[in-house]
Amino acid sequence: MEIYLDNSATTRVDPEVLALMKTVMDEDYGNAASLHKKGVEAEKYVRRAKEQIAETLKCAPQNIYFTSGGTESNNWAIRSAAEAYQRSGKHLITSSVEHPSVKNTMKYLSEQGYDATWLPVDSEGLVSVEDVKNALRPDTILVSVMQVNNEIGAVEPIAEIGEMLHREKPDVLFHVDAIQSYGKYRINPKRMHIDLLSVSGHKLHGPKGVGFLYVSDRVKLRPLLYGGGQQKGMRSGTENVPGEAGLGLAAEKMYRNLDENTAGLYELKARLCSGLQQIEGTRINGKKDKSSAPHIISCSFSGVRSEVLLHALEDRGIYVSSGSACASSHPSEISTLLSIGLTKEEQEGTIRFSLSIHTKEAEIDETLQALQEILPVLRRYQRR
Amino acid sequence: MTFHAFLIKYAEIAIKGNNRKYFEDALVKQIRWHLKRVEGEFSVYKTQGRIYVDAAGDYDTDEVIEELQHVFGILWICPVVRVEDRGFRALSEDVVRYMDETYPDNKLSFKVESRRTRKDFELNSQEMNVELGHDILQAFPEMRVDVHKPDVMLRVEVREDYINIYSQEIRGQGGMPLGTSGKAMLLLSGGIDSPVAGYMISRRGVFIDAVYFHAPPYTSDRAKQKVVDLAKIISRYTGPVRLHVVNFTDIQLAIYEKCPHDELTIIMRRYMMKIAEHFAKETECDALVTGESIGQVASQTMQSLLCTNSVCTLPVYRPLIAFDKNDIVAISEKIGAFETSILPYEDCCTIFVAKHPVTKPRLSVIEKSEENLKDVIDDLMARAIESVEVILCQA
Repeated sequence: MEIYLDNSATTRVDPEVLALMKTVMDEDYGNAASLHKKGVEAEKYVRRAKEQIAETLKCAPQNIYFTSGGTESNNWAIRSAAEAYQRSGKHLITSSVEHPSVKNTMKYLSEQGYDATWLPVDSEGLVSVEDVKNALRPDTILVSVMQVNNEIGAVEPIAEIGEMLHREKPDVLFHVDAIQSYGKYRINPKRMHIDLLSVSGHKLHGPKGVGFLYVSDRVKLRPLLYGGGQQKGMRSGTENVPGEAGLGLAAEKMYRNLDENTAGLYELKARLCSGLQQIEGTRINGKKDKSSAPHIISCSFSGVRSEVLLHALEDRGIYVSSGSACASSHPSEISTLLSIGLTKEEQEGTIRFSLSIHTKEAEIDETLQALQEILPVLRRYQRR
Repeated sequence: MTFHAFLIKYAEIAIKGNNRKYFEDALVKQIRWHLKRVEGEFSVYKTQGRIYVDAAGDYDTDEVIEELQHVFGILWICPVVRVEDRGFRALSEDVVRYMDETYPDNKLSFKVESRRTRKDFELNSQEMNVELGHDILQAFPEMRVDVHKPDVMLRVEVREDYINIYSQEIRGQGGMPLGTSGKAMLLLSGGIDSPVAGYMISRRGVFIDAVYFHAPPYTSDRAKQKVVDLAKIISRYTGPVRLHVVNFTDIQLAIYEKCPHDELTIIMRRYMMKIAEHFAKETECDALVTGESIGQVASQTMQSLLCTNSVCTLPVYRPLIAFDKNDIVAISEKIGAFETSILPYEDCCTIFVAKHPVTKPRLSVIEKSEENLKDVIDDLMARAIESVEVILCQA
């Protein structure tokens, strides 16, 4: 038996996606840049994938650039924007709960003469639009805020930030890390005034090693990688045709039944949350209602260390993730859990459950049952 | 410069009297085993009290030397240029070319030491020394002869079928060839010390097997993998290590529940030693090995060591007993274990450790505390021993 509740780490590949990728690797294995028929066939897959993705974002296929995944998309978006617009200023704004691929890129740029403002979050992990507005300066060139936080599932006010920027300072570029939200939320970058949007394939039942960056028409993009000039010279490297085809189909499938899927996830989440609240010594981090992400539940357990609880659950075939604890105080290095004010002990006892559309009610119940049995034993043997 | 052979100089083997052949054969066997990893064709043989490695095929001198530096028992490795015997004039030219290529800046002092096994060579050893010295000085006026403390000791050996020229000596591991001193059981944790201790004992010619105690769910599979990785790292020197992985959770929880908390680590280590000794005897080891060092932590004070030591009948070797931590770290880095040792996975010695453990435990007190376990411990020990998983670790 296997209960996989670590879908924010990665997901299982959808069988149809897998079948499509197999066909591409096995039969239509051409290089999309080749002039012959094999190349043309391969290019069709790439084109199709871009169309599928563009459809989900209500944008043009030309706005989509494939990358190696979320980390590359975030690095590329931020570095490219910073470099291309440095004449207008060197001030960047971000939040203190971003993914390391955003934080460390910001940190790198800070060392290169840029000035980054790290916005705080409230006790539920939310950035305030007002704070973003107040942080704006004449030399601000980029704001980067994630849509769904990967540690506690907080949903940031992306549309409101986009609206505010458009009103107050339309020249500022807006980057959104949508790695945990794409496939769960409808995102219309144009209407939300988003200029750059990062997505990863393997969080939505697509393959690892592929992702994309949405780039709005007004952005002067610069390449991160130089080479053979693929993707209009903006992202060189032989097209990852099977990965891109798989990502396209995975995206299409996620959006095909979006409302149904989301409703189902919220039901599961409510079930898990109410079960967790009935267990003694638990605290659910962030919001629990529909203003939080449908698939992420962060819970601190008193008197246990998350790693031990994780392995005890693993022993029963239940796979979860531990919340991260970090001693550093630099905004680029602290975790979301610390940012929302958890004590060291709470951080060390935090588990993240992340659901997928394939998660079943019975699996939630079984997980709760396992926790009921494991926790008293683990709490009996606390570190004194 | 192309070297054709490597002369192996060994350390203490030479003084072993009648056992000499036994030690030499063990060393030859170990060198052959190690060179299987290296690309090229090698023949390893003894002749006239020396061990040679002849190299052929597509080999790389640096790779050969690097591998030979992993073999215990080798004191010096001398890369040898081997030339055909075409008379003294030709030899002299070869020697001058050798000096030019090996010491391109030419500003050194040297001494020539010739030997002949083919006694009908046109010059005798003394004449060769003089003539070759003269020819080198002629070719490189900036060099000079120093017969007492030369920078370069150039050796020329006229043998039956060829002539060897060599001068470089590259330091080997020293120690004794593996297989000449039996086998010992190492208590291997994921830390810095125990892999170093295993390496050091093995350097005296001792094969190593190991015991690791894990405590799921308190320790993870990654912590176990780390120990397997460490065993593989030391196996580059020690040869294959049979790692015994023992589930220690229940014993640990029983101690936690029934014994004074500040004595937990000492009591735990006593049971670890007993279990390790069980496997040591089962696999015909003649000793236990630990990475303990006096005073490093509470469980390694003199008094604590007395308490842990007293459960064993086999001798317990602690090669690091008088080492400072930074010296241990230096060896750990040298053998390539350090980076793995510092990976942050919890091992079972630290999960329940008390804030203030006893530092001067008394054996009688500890033994009295252990009486609290008497109803359960035999059963728990038996089950721990039964839980063993043996993993063959080989780089």
